[in-house]
Amino acid sequence: MPSLRRDQVGWLLAGAALTLAPHAGHLPPAISALCALLLVWRGLIAQRGSRLPPRTLLVVLAAGVVGSVLLEFHHFFGKEPGIALLAGLLSLKLLETDSLRDARAAVLLSLFMQLGQFLYQQDMAIAALALLGTLASIGTLLALQGRAEAVAPRALAALRLLLQALPLMLVLFLLFPRVQGPLWGLPADAYSAVSGLSDNMAPGDIARVSESAEIAFRAAFEGDPPPPAERYWRGPVLTRFDGRTWRPGPSRRHGQPFYRSSGPAYPYTLTLEPHNQHWLLALDFPGPAAGLAYGDDFRLLSREPVRSRLRLELVAHPATPVGLDENPRTLQEALKLPPGFNPRTRALGEQLRAAAGRADDIPALAIRHFRDSRLAYTLTPAPLGRDDVDSFLFDTRQGFCEHFAAAFVVTMRAAGVPARVVTGYQGGEINPVDGTLVVRQSDAHAWAEVWLATKGWLRVDPTAASAPRRIDGGLAAALPGSARLPLLARSDLPWLRALRDRMDAVNNRWNQWVLGYNPARQRELVASLGFGDTGWQSLIALMAGGCAVVMGGLTLWALRRVSTTDAIDRSWLRVCRRLAAAGHPRQAWEGPSNYASRLAREAPEAAAGLAPIAADYARLRYGPAPADAALLKRFHHSSRKFRPR
Amino acid sequence: MTTRRADIVTAIKARLQRWLFRVGGPEAGPITLGQRRIFVLPTGFGLALALTLLVMLLASINYTLSLGFALTFLIGGVAWVSIHHAFRNLVNLTVSPGRSAAVFCGEAARFGVQFHNTGRRPRLGLQLWPSGGAPGDDGFDIAPQAGAVHFVAIPTRQRGWLQLPRLHLETRHPLGLIRAWSLFQPDQRCLVYPTPAADAPPLHHDGDDHPGSTAHGRGRDDFAGLRHHQTSDSPRHVAWKSVARGGPWRTKEFDGGGSQRVWLDWQHLPPGAGIEARLSRLTRWVVDADAAGLEYGLRLPGVELPPATGSAHRHACLAALALFGLPTAHAQPAS
Repeated sequence: MPSLRRDQVGWLLAGAALTLAPHAGHLPPAISALCALLLVWRGLIAQRGSRLPPRTLLVVLAAGVVGSVLLEFHHFFGKEPGIALLAGLLSLKLLETDSLRDARAAVLLSLFMQLGQFLYQQDMAIAALALLGTLASIGTLLALQGRAEAVAPRALAALRLLLQALPLMLVLFLLFPRVQGPLWGLPADAYSAVSGLSDNMAPGDIARVSESAEIAFRAAFEGDPPPPAERYWRGPVLTRFDGRTWRPGPSRRHGQPFYRSSGPAYPYTLTLEPHNQHWLLALDFPGPAAGLAYGDDFRLLSREPVRSRLRLELVAHPATPVGLDENPRTLQEALKLPPGFNPRTRALGEQLRAAAGRADDIPALAIRHFRDSRLAYTLTPAPLGRDDVDSFLFDTRQGFCEHFAAAFVVTMRAAGVPARVVTGYQGGEINPVDGTLVVRQSDAHAWAEVWLATKGWLRVDPTAASAPRRIDGGLAAALPGSARLPLLARSDLPWLRALRDRMDAVNNRWNQWVLGYNPARQRELVASLGFGDTGWQSLIALMAGGCAVVMGGLTLWALRRVSTTDAIDRSWLRVCRRLAAAGHPRQAWEGPSNYASRLAREAPEAAAGLAPIAADYARLRYGPAPADAALLKRFHHSSRKFRPR
Repeated sequence: MTTRRADIVTAIKARLQRWLFRVGGPEAGPITLGQRRIFVLPTGFGLALALTLLVMLLASINYTLSLGFALTFLIGGVAWVSIHHAFRNLVNLTVSPGRSAAVFCGEAARFGVQFHNTGRRPRLGLQLWPSGGAPGDDGFDIAPQAGAVHFVAIPTRQRGWLQLPRLHLETRHPLGLIRAWSLFQPDQRCLVYPTPAADAPPLHHDGDDHPGSTAHGRGRDDFAGLRHHQTSDSPRHVAWKSVARGGPWRTKEFDGGGSQRVWLDWQHLPPGAGIEARLSRLTRWVVDADAAGLEYGLRLPGVELPPATGSAHRHACLAALALFGLPTAHAQPAS
């Protein structure tokens, strides 16, 4: 078996390194370190020309990879253990690769691993990295097939191949009939990488979510967006409380809005990042929309978990009165408190109820009490005890929005007012570049909702009482000192904000047109090309047509015959063509003088004047160089004049 | 029964090949590999890549990976483009018969095949082998607007003219995913001399008693002078001293019309030996006589080559032996 050349190993290692690098953040650290080590080791072997390690050592290393995957995940099924195993396998494969066949197998594995990184992230930087990795893989294949060559010309050749493949890729990308996945059941961890709210809330949960500057969704309003104080995007509504964790109560779904929308309308396009949940984070309160469900806690829901970026045309009516005829069982649920928890807060509630004349006044009294207690709004509250609401309200007096919302709801319930916690997002920023409202994970928020017999459900945001700037200016404005905020969520660096805005706008385009290119977008595109019938048949026909055009172009390119005959040959061939037209073709094996002498015998009339031309041609072509200029001139002249009779 | 079935299969295969690959007989003159003569199929590695791409496509659909689609289609596009590259690497290449020196039967005949690349791009990673055989070497390149001669070795099993079999020219350039090939048979032959007998009695040239050969003249001839060198002169008679001094090539002449004179005669061989054995023995003597610098003549039934020396004479004798008794169609070299 011929061993690989050093340049071949170099390309192979570069491709593998570019493929594995983006995985480093997701792989277990032990696997990442091992992969890096193995690649470096293989590089050293190639550089020194030493021998590959023995098989037994490789088997031990493979066992090590399997063991550490098992230690980390406790099983082999699913996305993350699978990718960890493949990464280890690829690095080990390189260490035993010393033949063309093995090297090609490693390239195939690299290509597959390129795809694997898209399971975690598909932003532009990753796309650029993947493009670079693909370039390296193609360079590897070129190196495996061809002779040793310097890096730059080989990289150029690979780039040329990539560029030539681009038209075909575009046709297929745009026109290959897209099917909405999944085709089969996905492993449980398929979407573990997505971040966002969950369907329950314990102290500290929202704070954790809001440490990320990732974008949760974007909203593009047709007209002016609602003022910041109205920008409440509703997620899970939590009614059940066990003393520590809040969970959703029973909720029914309706096919239509079950309330009468009224007040100003805000039409907008919501582009939701995948979060693998049913809720859609619509602005309160959504008007009618096709294909969606309405929970009786006023959430807008999708039928399937949102697993790919979703684009929705919605209308919000923030002033809609809701819940006037609320189900008594729901209200009952919204009054329950677990026995034996938070005695001091319960006492406070009863006190407020006694102080207020009517139930309608109780929430306002409680807010005033909160404000007077000088509660501090912070991302890092002091640890709370078993009765966490009591601790927050009376001892530590530091909390994040979930503490405020929970404490307020417990107080309300103790005072006999039905209340519940609502989680979601509040605020968002208008990107000055493209005018869309960008809502990030750091805008995650929890607030409260109380039910009053005369007014139905009313939103009360107890955080606003202590940190009013949270509502108007976002998290960064509300927190004293933004040390723990993600860098990009800080507002004190204007140039950074400008850069972020620009990046967000570009990213939005990328998301909308590249990542969000789904069956619906495809139909839109085909329709805009003027094909009314947008079934898969017309897609396939279009795709076949596009491919045929591209392939025709490639074939023409391949067949393009570059004229290489020089002026002397052209003149001689013209003479031969004229003689052939007169019925005296030159045979393939005949040289100029043979041809001339044969024609002089066979057809002396037709060949009159041919002999000197043939002799000149022979002298010019085969005689001593450089050719005589006078001879050249005479040859061209006489051959141009030559006409067989 | 099985052999008959095998025969039928072979016959069908041959007919299918003839139809599919449009192969006829040997072609005289330059053969230009037009687009109809070039065939393209994926290699094993190409099929493996196709399978990988299919899995990648399914994964992209399943996990709704937009970039996954893009990557899969990009690599698929590169693979497709490589088809055109492989095709372009062969198309419009010109093949013509080259030289092939005569060999003794049992040696490999080395057919020189002449390629001419009129294009502006080099032809890379070409491999040439007899159709039905296996690729032997590392492959060769042809520079742009240049010619190249590549040799094909064919084992020889019988004397006479050996026709160059159909050749298979293949390339897997650029990525090894696709093989493009063409089949052609330039009209080119190689003369195969009989095998020199290994056990022939040594050539005696100082007595008349030895069968098969008669020697005339005796002793070493005296040096008579120098004349102009001719290519047919034996290298043994070249005046090397004069050449080494930088002088002109000259040939030493000896008195008495040459050195010893030997007749190698078919009639004088033992009658019991078969035709091939006799030819083989005569071949050995021709080789030995030439090596010894003798003046030798050859007598075969119907053929007589008067005594002479030099490589042209040697070739004439060996050719007469190679073609002895063969049908004239076979024996006549193509003009």
